[in-house]
Amino acid sequence: MLDYETLKIIWWVLVGALLLGFAIMDGHDMGVGTLLPFAAKTDVERRILINTVGPHWDGNQVWFITAGGAIFAAWPLVYATAFSGFYWAMLAVLWALFFRPVGFDYRSKIENPKWRRTWDWGLFVGGAVPPLIFGVAFGNLLQGVPFHFDDTLRSFYTGTFWQLLNPFALLTGIVSTTMITAHGANYLMIRTEGDVYRRVRTASMIFGALALVTFALAGVWLAYGIKGFVITSAIDGNALPNPLDKTVITEAGAWLHNYSAYPLTMLVPAIAFLGGLWAIAAAKFDKPLTAFVGSSVSMLGVIGTAGVSLFPFIMPSSTDPRSSLTIWDSVSSQLTLGLMLGATIIFLPLIIIYTSWAYKKMSGKVTEAFINANDKSAY
Amino acid sequence: MISTELVDLSRLQFAVTAMYHFLFVPLTLGMTFLLVIMEGSYLVTGQQVYKDMTRFWGKLFGINFALGVTTGLTMEFQFGTNWAYYSHYVGDIFGAPLAIEGLMAFFLESTFIGLFFFGWDRLTKGQHFMVTVLTAIGSNLSALWILIANGWMQDPVGATFSYTTMRMELSNFWDVIFNPTAQAKFVHTVSAGYVTASVFVLGISAWYILKGRDLEFARRSFRIAAAFGFASALSVIVLGDESGYTISESQQTKLAAMEAMWHTEPAPAAFNVFAIPDEKAQRNDYELQIPYVMGLIGTRSVTKEIPGIAEIKEKNRTRIESGMLAVSAMEELRKNKEDEAAKQVFEAHKQDLGFGLLLKKYTEDVSKATPEMIQHAVDDTVPRVAPMFWSFRVMVALGFAFALLFALSLYHTVRGTFFKQRWLLRWAVWFIPTPWIAAELGWFVAEYGRQPWTIYGVLPTHLSASSLSVGSLYGSLTGFIVFYTGLLVIEMYLMVKFSRKGPSSLGTGRYDAEKTATATI
Repeated sequence: MLDYETLKIIWWVLVGALLLGFAIMDGHDMGVGTLLPFAAKTDVERRILINTVGPHWDGNQVWFITAGGAIFAAWPLVYATAFSGFYWAMLAVLWALFFRPVGFDYRSKIENPKWRRTWDWGLFVGGAVPPLIFGVAFGNLLQGVPFHFDDTLRSFYTGTFWQLLNPFALLTGIVSTTMITAHGANYLMIRTEGDVYRRVRTASMIFGALALVTFALAGVWLAYGIKGFVITSAIDGNALPNPLDKTVITEAGAWLHNYSAYPLTMLVPAIAFLGGLWAIAAAKFDKPLTAFVGSSVSMLGVIGTAGVSLFPFIMPSSTDPRSSLTIWDSVSSQLTLGLMLGATIIFLPLIIIYTSWAYKKMSGKVTEAFINANDKSAY
Repeated sequence: MISTELVDLSRLQFAVTAMYHFLFVPLTLGMTFLLVIMEGSYLVTGQQVYKDMTRFWGKLFGINFALGVTTGLTMEFQFGTNWAYYSHYVGDIFGAPLAIEGLMAFFLESTFIGLFFFGWDRLTKGQHFMVTVLTAIGSNLSALWILIANGWMQDPVGATFSYTTMRMELSNFWDVIFNPTAQAKFVHTVSAGYVTASVFVLGISAWYILKGRDLEFARRSFRIAAAFGFASALSVIVLGDESGYTISESQQTKLAAMEAMWHTEPAPAAFNVFAIPDEKAQRNDYELQIPYVMGLIGTRSVTKEIPGIAEIKEKNRTRIESGMLAVSAMEELRKNKEDEAAKQVFEAHKQDLGFGLLLKKYTEDVSKATPEMIQHAVDDTVPRVAPMFWSFRVMVALGFAFALLFALSLYHTVRGTFFKQRWLLRWAVWFIPTPWIAAELGWFVAEYGRQPWTIYGVLPTHLSASSLSVGSLYGSLTGFIVFYTGLLVIEMYLMVKFSRKGPSSLGTGRYDAEKTATATI
């Protein structure tokens, strides 16, 4: 069995991988939802957009659910503290997501235009709100969150919902929303043609550029305007997890320490920019699949940048720094981490194989003719 | 001190969201297998009507499934949002089955369900059948992992408490997976799902036959539902999870409460068919008993005793007193891990730590608990009897009614005369809502019956909730109720609309409503 320290690091990578899987897979159908009221003008066009993800949104959503389950299993203290602390933000995500299953499945079952319009906006909310809130959440993690533990490790969040919506967090929220929207537009370029294709191509370039600009702004702000966190006590990666055992201070520029200590990590933000530029160029030259790969790579860079900057922190505490949650002290037992790693190694490749098969079987452009021919059975 | 109002509201919200979720789960569990049978018949016979059946019942299944997914999202996140201390305290064990459920089962079900609906023209017959089979396996495996997690809440095996990390930690995962309580629950729950789906298809098909519509389609659906339903109804009764009730203490407490057994009786105990439980006097009025039956069902023997409520409480009093020492020693150890004296006391009493924590509802300093507080805690250890007693009886009565309904349906199916038995068809229609009532009551017995614990003997419900404001809970509870009720109304509307339309909603031109529509034009 792997030693505890290694397992803790592996799980930091794996949670990141699941979040990336969520961003690439669920992200593209959330992007479709966000673009739905704008990129499609008629009912048939809207149905085209919806049906590009019709067979897949449900499987994609499981990335979100599994990421939640994996955080519960691997980082129970993070699951407990973040989800209860960000109570109203989590509920907003949840309630926004409610619109998706029903929106997809119920929208086209009734012909009334008002009914369909309503669900279109529902799908928009289900597509736009979750990425926005996740971005805002990351923005708050980077600034530290007002919470602390008592002696029995019961967590208390002492902030409000509204203070989560501070300027820096809103900026990171825009980063994630524009990134996901551009990614959705790239996916739509693969699956559509004609007017819709032209509109989403423009959207891909605009949102792709916006994502890069806001990401750069957030980077500068982070470097010069936000204090990072540093563990000042000795770190024993093999110790039994207890967040209250350490001491932590805040320090200007500390979020850049990892980049200066390990210069190779500077590749991570570089990948975010390169992937993004690659996607924009590919959209410009009408290479949809390349653009989709580009935005996926860019998201790897963006999520990775947040992870590397914070490392080893996951959720620093602004009001009681020693309560901060790190990858060393908010994890499950060695046995659970090992077991969960085994399960992931077995099942994740299988998931990727059968998901690819499903996309391959359903591939090709969704056309007006297809919608008309499948009026009763298509979404 | 944690406010009781906050805990009660958190419980109410969990109960509301879980019970809403379980309105949609049983149909999914059973319907996927009925679809496998229907599509299998299509694969073997090549008859178009079986394909149409798969697609039409699949459509109704899809309407239900959408809300199953919606309400299921809440379940995955609510442990963190509303039960943060629970999530921390047992996440090491409880989180794993949830994550594995996602990886092994939910991905499978959700990926292939999309191909089930949209893959008819893209896949070969054989491939599509395989997709349907994998969807069914996925949804049932999903139930397996969730019930392993829930079974562990009833009977927490394979884990120990660590005062360093202040939580329960996994010691043997196989014990968690092969927990007998979990296995019994799994079989009982999926069988109940099969019954629900069978009653659903049977009832709607009967309605078409009564109306004289789409007879060929309806008769075949009825036959499949009758056969599958009969097997499932027997399975629910025979493998009812009562077989698991003597395995563990939590289940014994539940058994005593739902049978209103105030005192241990000489074995084999009698079964109360009817009684008015009197909580205050701790006895029953107007008892109607069948001798020996309870002992036989509960212990599968004539000599083993089933413990009564008074005896269970007395045993728990000893455990609470021992648990007080464990809590104090644990608190010492949190301050100083090297305190040898505290370590010794803790080791001697740690099996009762959870019982000591029951007193936290009444006092911060457990070591100074008064005799009144201890008495309160003792009384808390057994749930209220009347709700348990009646929920259980209604559920069991419905279970036997399903068996009878399916036995009669199958008998008349074999004789080939079921479509002439209008009374039976009417009966089948009236039965449509009842499996949901039985399923919800079953969950009520299981979860209310575990109180005052979230994890039996380990973690009291009172300590499990997140430290939120009462105002937040009122807000979110209202939000959930409004949202879910709105969605349920829409779902019911679509379900009724498409059930009424029947197979004509497929737009194939082969079914009655379309023919009449064309004829009028």
